Amino acid sequence: MTTSTTTPAGSAIAPRRRRADDVAGLGKVRAGIFVAPALILIGIFLLFPAVWTIWLGMTDYRLTGLQAASPEFVGLDNYVEALTDPSFWNSLWLTLVFVLFSGIIGQTLIGFGLAWSVRNIHGWTKGLIEGLVLAAWVIPASVASFLWLVLLDRRSGTINGLLGTEGAAWLIDHPMESIIIFNIWVGTAFSMQLFSSALSAVPPSQIESAKMVGASGWQQLRDVIVPNIKGHILTNTLLITLWTFNTFTPYLVTAGGPNGKTEILSVYIYETAIPGGQLGLGAAISLIMLLINLVIALAYVRVSKGRNKR
Amino acid sequence: MTATPVRKVAANSTVRHFLSRVAFAVIMTIVGVLFALPMVWLVLAPFDATPSLSLSWPDWTLDNFARLAENPYALRSIGNSLLLGIGTMIIVVVLGALAAYAMSRIRIPGRDGILYALLLLSSIVTGTAAMVPTFQIITQLGLINSYVGVLLVLAGGILPTVIFILKDFMDSIPKSYEESARLYGAGPFRILRDVVAPIARPGLAFISIWTIVQVWGNFLVPFILLRSPDMQPAAVLMYTFYTESGQADLRLISAFALLFSAPVLIIYFVVNRRYGFRFHGGIKS
Repeated sequence: MTTSTTTPAGSAIAPRRRRADDVAGLGKVRAGIFVAPALILIGIFLLFPAVWTIWLGMTDYRLTGLQAASPEFVGLDNYVEALTDPSFWNSLWLTLVFVLFSGIIGQTLIGFGLAWSVRNIHGWTKGLIEGLVLAAWVIPASVASFLWLVLLDRRSGTINGLLGTEGAAWLIDHPMESIIIFNIWVGTAFSMQLFSSALSAVPPSQIESAKMVGASGWQQLRDVIVPNIKGHILTNTLLITLWTFNTFTPYLVTAGGPNGKTEILSVYIYETAIPGGQLGLGAAISLIMLLINLVIALAYVRVSKGRNKR
Repeated sequence: MTATPVRKVAANSTVRHFLSRVAFAVIMTIVGVLFALPMVWLVLAPFDATPSLSLSWPDWTLDNFARLAENPYALRSIGNSLLLGIGTMIIVVVLGALAAYAMSRIRIPGRDGILYALLLLSSIVTGTAAMVPTFQIITQLGLINSYVGVLLVLAGGILPTVIFILKDFMDSIPKSYEESARLYGAGPFRILRDVVAPIARPGLAFISIWTIVQVWGNFLVPFILLRSPDMQPAAVLMYTFYTESGQADLRLISAFALLFSAPVLIIYFVVNRRYGFRFHGGIKS
């Protein structure tokens, strides 16, 4: 094989290889027929919504009334309305706080901590811890949120029983903290799994030599482990940011309340567009959300490309 | 340069080391308990004759499940979830396999770029970010409150990932198999059905299971697209159970929660045991 590429017959090989690509004898037309249904479905329900949001966001579309039958083009009014509305900025601020504490800090640190603490143990404790964390991630969101409502219940919830804080209404007095912890509970499994595999790939020789020169655990972490898994940390942070930014599940715990204190962007869009009936305004905010998603996704592409090159 | 300061430093760092380990262990124990508490309730409460919101050792019984079996809404919603899961699975596996196969075997210019762009698109246009246009499109198509609408939206969102994963499987199938099948006169459909599909079976099985798990837990899409209570899948009914019924019937809800969670938990841990952690990378929304 290696010699054949250097022979003058190279030009004769090319058409044969091209034919070998199509071993099943599909032909371009049939291949097109095979691909088309999937692409059409993706086009209508994934690509088109993204494009249509732009137009929809420039109309006064409503769920009911005159504007439902014949929506009018209102240009950038919806964007002006959204961007001058304090409740939009409040929602964006809440989303940032939520993503920062629940995703970037909470899930990443706890996920890393869990991966770190089980890395050297084997047997049932490791299985139990990993199993519990994974189960929290697998359980359907509606069930997970109900479990937390039970746990945090004002009158007889387990947390109040354990902490001796009878009658503390966590979801009313600390709604943001509640959904942050809830979301950490739901999502940490991903970071834990990612860091587990990253940690197992750190060369043991480097840790050994760090120990030999007397580096403390903290120093080992800072000088050996973190530089080794830097790429994983970045990937993890970007994916977690994207997912936390888009999650709707906190709605199941607090429904955006009390008084909009947990109305993160996804909930805000829902409340504006569907119960509120202002589809045009909702679409305008959707587009803002799509653009933020786009920025995070592109950052992720850049990071993963850089990693592949290395 | 006496030995004393060195020893002092060493002793100091040992103490600090010990303290930091204790602190770490305490924090991780609290985290572990926090992870365990809701799960213990999920497992114990359904078997308690009088379940309450606080954790307690159950007064064992299976009556709650018998009650559940009599509740028409609860059972129907599980059936609806199955219908949506299997329906989406069929659409996604058939269309995904056809597309992945053609993309694997025919050179289309910029093929990998297109595939990657689609995958990226599916992580940008999520259920939450696209809920308004999706709702609007389904309304315009007259598919609001119909399973067809829900199935199409779910399948459209899942397909890019499915094609991406299946193409990997198809690429690994040796082309010589198809060549020899062709020598015996088999046409492309025949080859796909009798040669490629059986070899790609692990990939198809993985995709099927993964799709069902995704749809089983999906709340938002059926929540905004379905109106009739008797059409709702378990994920939505679970929510209306405790928000609209006023006084929550814990016997019913706890049994329902376990029945609804158990299938995915079992599937997940069986798959995880056999194939390792594979449900990752944009794969859970």
